[in-house]
Amino acid sequence: MDNFELICPAGTPAALRAAVDAGADAVYLGFRDETNARNFPGLNFTRQDVADAVDYAHARKVEVYVAINTYPQAGNLGPWQKAVDDAARLKVDAVILADPGLLAYAAKRHPDLRLHLSVQASAANVEAIRLYRDAFGVRRVVLPRVLTVPEIAKLNAEIDVETEVFVFGGLCPMAEGRCSLSSYATGLSPNKQGVCSPATHVRYEQRGGALASTLGGFTINVFGEGEQAGYPTLCKGRFVAGGAPAYLFEEPTSLNAMDLLPELKAAGVHALKIEGRQRGKAYIGAVVRAYREALDSFAAGRPVPHIDLQAMVEGGTQTTGAYTRAWR
Amino acid sequence: MTASLTLGPVLFNWPVDRWRDFYARIADEAPVDTVIVGEIVCFKRAPFFAEAMGEVIERLSSAGKTVWLASPILVGSERERSAMRELVAADAGLADGGLVEANDMGALALLAGRPHAIGPTINVYNEATLAWMAERGAVSVSLPAELPAATVAALAKAGRELGVDVEVQAWGRAPLAISARCYHARAHGLHKDGCQFVCGNDPDGMPVTTMDGQPFLTVNGTQTMSHGCLCLTSELPALVEMGVSRFRLSPQAMDMVRVAEGFRAVLDGRRDGAEVAAELGGLIDAPLVNGFYHDTAGALRVA
Repeated sequence: MDNFELICPAGTPAALRAAVDAGADAVYLGFRDETNARNFPGLNFTRQDVADAVDYAHARKVEVYVAINTYPQAGNLGPWQKAVDDAARLKVDAVILADPGLLAYAAKRHPDLRLHLSVQASAANVEAIRLYRDAFGVRRVVLPRVLTVPEIAKLNAEIDVETEVFVFGGLCPMAEGRCSLSSYATGLSPNKQGVCSPATHVRYEQRGGALASTLGGFTINVFGEGEQAGYPTLCKGRFVAGGAPAYLFEEPTSLNAMDLLPELKAAGVHALKIEGRQRGKAYIGAVVRAYREALDSFAAGRPVPHIDLQAMVEGGTQTTGAYTRAWR
Repeated sequence: MTASLTLGPVLFNWPVDRWRDFYARIADEAPVDTVIVGEIVCFKRAPFFAEAMGEVIERLSSAGKTVWLASPILVGSERERSAMRELVAADAGLADGGLVEANDMGALALLAGRPHAIGPTINVYNEATLAWMAERGAVSVSLPAELPAATVAALAKAGRELGVDVEVQAWGRAPLAISARCYHARAHGLHKDGCQFVCGNDPDGMPVTTMDGQPFLTVNGTQTMSHGCLCLTSELPALVEMGVSRFRLSPQAMDMVRVAEGFRAVLDGRRDGAEVAAELGGLIDAPLVNGFYHDTAGALRVA
């Protein structure tokens, strides 16, 4: 049976090498600016870093994708168009885009450059995916985390575009690419600046024995003595809606779909994506190795080993997220 | 100043009688030019409005309002796809000027070949995307709420050159996110499939506060909205100057006729924007906000 392609995050050159060495089929990265949706200090690649990455990866038969998946700013299209031009010049294997105007630019200027549709395009149905295929020649779509596995199966039965789904890491409970929660609290957004719950607007406040994490002045969570404090990602906070404080939107949990490999294969999914461009090389190495082993066992018809990634998961808990209907 | 007023779709799950009466009053009294109708948040609610929809459209059209139909924001399941396809086909029944407003790229695909509008949950962030939409038949684009003034200006200018109307939301809670998960149900310990339509309990949305008791967000089924109510009455002259030709008033559970009258008066130069803001602010239990436009946190109000 054809194996899934394993698509792994690279926030830094060191993480990229760790991912490649651990068995990635492809790695994805961003340039060091607001053209990608993980625009955080200390992350991402210069043009030279990308050139080196392509050499390293290609020598080991691994592909490199560049995410240029924020929405170009009106009156300032230059940085995004240049990012596409540079990615093509650096001979990466694909660019991951979301904005229709930028897709049009890429398709016209670089007809040989493979275009993948970012999760940020929020293309969750057959009609939308075909539109991007017909208009721009998109070859693969990263599906937003709003579909159950049966819904993904139905979708794959009707399209010829490859599908890629997230299987591990942080998950958005909201449809990606259409979320202004951070923007409401801070003025900075995933679509405009490539940031979610940006650190520039985070404060921790000691309140007696408790520690509050705040974003843009809004308290996102309060941790008692002995409770491990987490980062105030807005939608993973505790809020009050008519009752006691609760994780209204989503618990600080990690997606882990390792147990769904047979279902995802039956559903026609082409590639599995690990989230984590903000993670260090040790995390990346461990997670990619685990998934490599799982995928190889699965493809060989062997039982998928139960690999304990508990130490790696956010909040110490795991979920299959939107893939199962019960999540809704 | 010349600009038209659009009444956006009712986003909340109102009882159908309330919904029908609301539109009757809008038809008779509200100085709005375009009224957008449709259940765009949750397909489970759509059957409640199906029977009254034709009557509401007729009532609005007879009163001289241009009626548009809005397609759902999130389309993933088969039921949602059917709802989207049915809606897009329904515009054949609309009077002159009637269009479908696409709120998801799937609807955009189905609207190829005929004039249509682009709703605020489709990402038009720059002039290249606007041009692409225009080429495909978009005649009006309603901008995402989070865009700052400089971006609105660039898009309004591009829109004028392309012959596309550019619209900005100027009143109402801002839609901030959409999900496959229902947060109304979740807050009540229910699953979306057995939701008991608890979203119907909150005609203005369900308040969400921080653990400090600070009002923060509003839940409306699968949609998350701001707590603050957008109000751009003071910014109207600048927006019109930029070339924005339409302003969207998003219905809240309040006297929307009075809201429309206030906005019309500012646009006509009869009243001052700050004065109208003060009056309308007194009618809603939420702070007025305009931070997005002023390139800062959306929750803020900038003088």
